[in-house]
Amino acid sequence: MALFDLALVALLLMLALRVVVEPDERSAIITFLAFGLLLGLAWVRLAAPDVALTEIAIGGGVTGILLLRAEAALRGRGKQAEPATRTGKLAVAAGSAAISAGLGFAVLTFSTPAPTLAPAAAQALPATGLGNPVTAVLLAFRALDTLLEKVVVLLALIGVWSLAPDALWGGAPDLKPAAVPGPLAYLGRVLPPFGVVIGVYMFWVGADAPGGTFQAGTVLAAMWLLVMMAGLHPPPDTTRWLLRLVLAGGPILFLAIAFLGFAFADGFLAYPKALAKPLILAIEAALTLSVAAALAMLVAGPARKAPAR
Amino acid sequence: MSALLDTATVVLVSVGALLFLAGALGLLRFPDTLSRLHAISKADNLGLGLILLGLLPQSASIAGGLKLVCIWLLAQLSAATASQLLARAVHRDRTER
Repeated sequence: MALFDLALVALLLMLALRVVVEPDERSAIITFLAFGLLLGLAWVRLAAPDVALTEIAIGGGVTGILLLRAEAALRGRGKQAEPATRTGKLAVAAGSAAISAGLGFAVLTFSTPAPTLAPAAAQALPATGLGNPVTAVLLAFRALDTLLEKVVVLLALIGVWSLAPDALWGGAPDLKPAAVPGPLAYLGRVLPPFGVVIGVYMFWVGADAPGGTFQAGTVLAAMWLLVMMAGLHPPPDTTRWLLRLVLAGGPILFLAIAFLGFAFADGFLAYPKALAKPLILAIEAALTLSVAAALAMLVAGPARKAPAR
Repeated sequence: MSALLDTATVVLVSVGALLFLAGALGLLRFPDTLSRLHAISKADNLGLGLILLGLLPQSASIAGGLKLVCIWLLAQLSAATASQLLARAVHRDRTER
């Protein structure tokens, strides 16, 4: 297996270099997608299947389609002269090299055995009622990080939405190509039922095995995007209250339960012991839907049609 | 019995991997998009199918085996759609020219 790992590392380094030096944007993006898939494999080799799933779903899937759509939108517009001078570029390169060298130095000078909280986390696992230590860390031990993470996704979506021209504010994004090819429409009809089942399964199994909100949310988002791209159902107006409720529902429920912790448990973001698992599952369910809606709307982009009155 | 199953696994997975290698070679060496698509879709369908068939005897439970079959079916569906879409794009580019 050492040989396989070495080959994997060599391929990753080659692809990373290729992403940076490739002059054609589209080729660079496709190389970046391949890089994301291989990085997922690397996480599997590091025995971190949760990270691997997220890397492939977010790094390989969502980021890839976001970049490809951005590239397609920009293609054909004359490139502007590069603002960076040679010295500027050299300064950036030197800064990046210094950061990489610093990180490398930090990793190499870790004390052995490396400091770890893993035994403490494993010991506290039964108190949460969960079987997957990663989910326990994300939603119980370090729930604050997860809460802020989901809010950041919403902020990003607000940023994308605000790119809409004034006249179209509140309208629907446009995803459908001018002519939907037959095979795409077929896939849009056949795949979503399976995809929704897989997404729900990934969320549900996340309590005890690798899986969770981001992975499940990405699969659900992909299914929704497929339906919208195949022209089977138009994207909703961004002012639709149902859409906004789903988007904000996850973080709102998370915050509400966090504050109720003051009254019924030890404080902010603490769960009463008997209810820990049901509460975590409820938060995860709402977060999965929020993540799915937010990711799909991020890819769909700002409004392109005037809102229906 | 288990030795027989293990042999079947090794043979099937090896042949599948060989097909993937052939598909990758075709992808690199064939002159135009349509023949490259032809090469890679063979590797996708048959190579993945053989590898999963080889892994089936090794799966611990029936549910695990069914998951493998589902993976193959989903990969088939997406690969078939993707190659149709790519081929269509190539065809459109040609007729426009």
